[in-house]
Amino acid sequence: MADYQNIFTQVQVRGPVEMGMTTDFGTQDERAGKGGFSTLLGWIGNAQLGPIYLGWFGIISLVTGTLWLNIIGFNMLAQVGWSIPEFIRQLFWLALEPPSPEYGLTMPPLNDGGWYIISSFFLLISVMCWWARSYHLAQQHKMGKHVAWAFAAAIWLFLVLGLFRPILMGSWSEAVPYGIFPHLDWTTAFSIRYGNLYYNPFHALSIVFLYGSVLLFAMHGATILAVTRYGGDRELEQIYDRGTASERAALFWRWTMGFNATMEGIHRWAWWFAVLTPITGGIGILLTGTVVDNWFIWAQEHHFAPMYDGSYGYADYGSYEAFIGQGE
Amino acid sequence: MLPKNWIPEWFDDWNAQHPTKNLLKPAILVGVGGTAVFAVAMFASWGNPLPNESLQTGPRGTGMSVTKFTADLDTPDPAIDEYYAEPPYEVASDEPLARDIYENVQVLGDLTEGNFNRLMNSITLWVSPDEGCTYCHEGANEGNYADDDLYTKVVARSMIQMTQSINDDWYGHVNANAEVGVTCYTCHRGQNVPSNVWFRIAPVNEGVAGWSAVQNRATVQSQFTSLPSDALETYLLEYEPINVHTLQAHPIDGPSDPGARTWQDTERTYSLMNYFSNSLGRNCVFCHNSRAFYDPAQVTPQWATASLGIAMVQELNNDWLVPLTDVLPEHRLGPIYADVPKVACKTCHQGYQKPLQGTNVIADYPELAAPGAPVYD
Repeated sequence: MADYQNIFTQVQVRGPVEMGMTTDFGTQDERAGKGGFSTLLGWIGNAQLGPIYLGWFGIISLVTGTLWLNIIGFNMLAQVGWSIPEFIRQLFWLALEPPSPEYGLTMPPLNDGGWYIISSFFLLISVMCWWARSYHLAQQHKMGKHVAWAFAAAIWLFLVLGLFRPILMGSWSEAVPYGIFPHLDWTTAFSIRYGNLYYNPFHALSIVFLYGSVLLFAMHGATILAVTRYGGDRELEQIYDRGTASERAALFWRWTMGFNATMEGIHRWAWWFAVLTPITGGIGILLTGTVVDNWFIWAQEHHFAPMYDGSYGYADYGSYEAFIGQGE
Repeated sequence: MLPKNWIPEWFDDWNAQHPTKNLLKPAILVGVGGTAVFAVAMFASWGNPLPNESLQTGPRGTGMSVTKFTADLDTPDPAIDEYYAEPPYEVASDEPLARDIYENVQVLGDLTEGNFNRLMNSITLWVSPDEGCTYCHEGANEGNYADDDLYTKVVARSMIQMTQSINDDWYGHVNANAEVGVTCYTCHRGQNVPSNVWFRIAPVNEGVAGWSAVQNRATVQSQFTSLPSDALETYLLEYEPINVHTLQAHPIDGPSDPGARTWQDTERTYSLMNYFSNSLGRNCVFCHNSRAFYDPAQVTPQWATASLGIAMVQELNNDWLVPLTDVLPEHRLGPIYADVPKVACKTCHQGYQKPLQGTNVIADYPELAAPGAPVYD
């Protein structure tokens, strides 16, 4: 049945739950839940929720991920003396921190990063299993592995932050704290310590791809919605049998900016922009502290940190008394 | 005039198929949503509706400026109005001095009787306006001012000497680009103990050691951030290096090498700097070009004044306040380590670039401007 499922859907059809196909792997036997419908979900996507196929990878991933989260939570709780109100009050401030620098790559005491190492081990298993699951499920559906490889790009950045760079730096203390505000503190301190990450060209590239992804996403989403009335939402059909929707979309962009992507190519643009964001970002992080210690000085040596003409200090631009409204 | 069929057909169709049942709910939704979108659009395009002013602190193109609401700038620090000051009395050449008239005058002996009592009265109004003379002189009501029975008098003597030292030895900080100076009131503001003193509190977390123990709690010392709570004691008491940068492009040592400056150290420096800017009501770019915080070629003259201030605070804590640990009674000491109350930027500045917004407090008190005999102009 041809469904038309987007935020403008006025009618939500209710019938028997769609259980999906059987696969050569026999995964149909392991699908959990009977499935149901949610009107709310129907407004933003498919109204059917479930069944879900977890498989061994999914189960291991959820179990280890839960362990990771609980180790963090109980460490935070211990830090506030097992006081639930204080735990709630300080939740955004609290963290499970990596070890102190003096332990290098050795196993630190539990109360100074040991739990961090243990929980990170579980997180590693959890994330890798989830990746394997995304690969495995694509295989079962005889799909390409594009989702898995895109996820792998994000995992690259994750591994750089928590595994590769700490090893190259010779200390687990370089990893990122698990905490709401503390991981942001790490981000700021990391940039400042290494002489301003904005002068790291890979950081710049990562931002280009990040903002570029946003732009492409908006352009593509808008274009398809704009030609939906001509069947443009059936993108796959338009790829191999180009119709008036594709023609109009292509002409719109060609006349707007001279160039237009194709109905298939736009998805490659989007995929590569998205994937290159963490890939370039990961390269930038990996080089920081290992190869470059001060990005601003590095930028000066490579002549792309401009100097500005003018004086430093407010005395040349006004007076304190004038600023606070006293005299002059 | 609009063309006859200016409303698209689908709109009429949709309306025909969806007869109105209840207009109220969608009306409220559209009203609230629309107002929010309108407000955001106005803020984005027209800027902050409250008038504000900027003080440029660096070259154009660097974004270096301090922005404040005009209303705040137009409201002077209320403490200025409450400040009591009395100019010195003229001194005749043969006038007897305090050391000849009173007993046990160890620091202010070179003052004439009139100026001595003028200063004593001022100090009372600055530090113990409610308690009066007896706050330091136990026998004041019986006419006995000489005894050192009360700890407050011993502390006050040391604090007078400290004030003289601040005005004399740290002249470059307290009179950086205009005569301002400090008196007891700069910190005390009519209170026995200045409100913006600090105590040691680290570790702040239970059951953990190392860097985990000293950060990630909303404390006064961390200015309610999750940054380390031991920045003030580490830098302003223990003289640990504040800077975290190597001044070369490529690394020399790893985070575990002795003396290496890590991102954890950077967070502690950030904690101090955040305290700094809160204390002065200024931002990072008042002293630094934020694109290269460490670069001595891209700092403002204020940076030098502030650096001098750091050195001053280190000396005040170690040479003047820590030695008072045994003099102060228990209830004046810190809650965790029974340490002496210590000073930092906020103790004097209290949110302003210059304490009391640059009010010249030292002009009327040459007795506090330097140790030894006062010099009256």
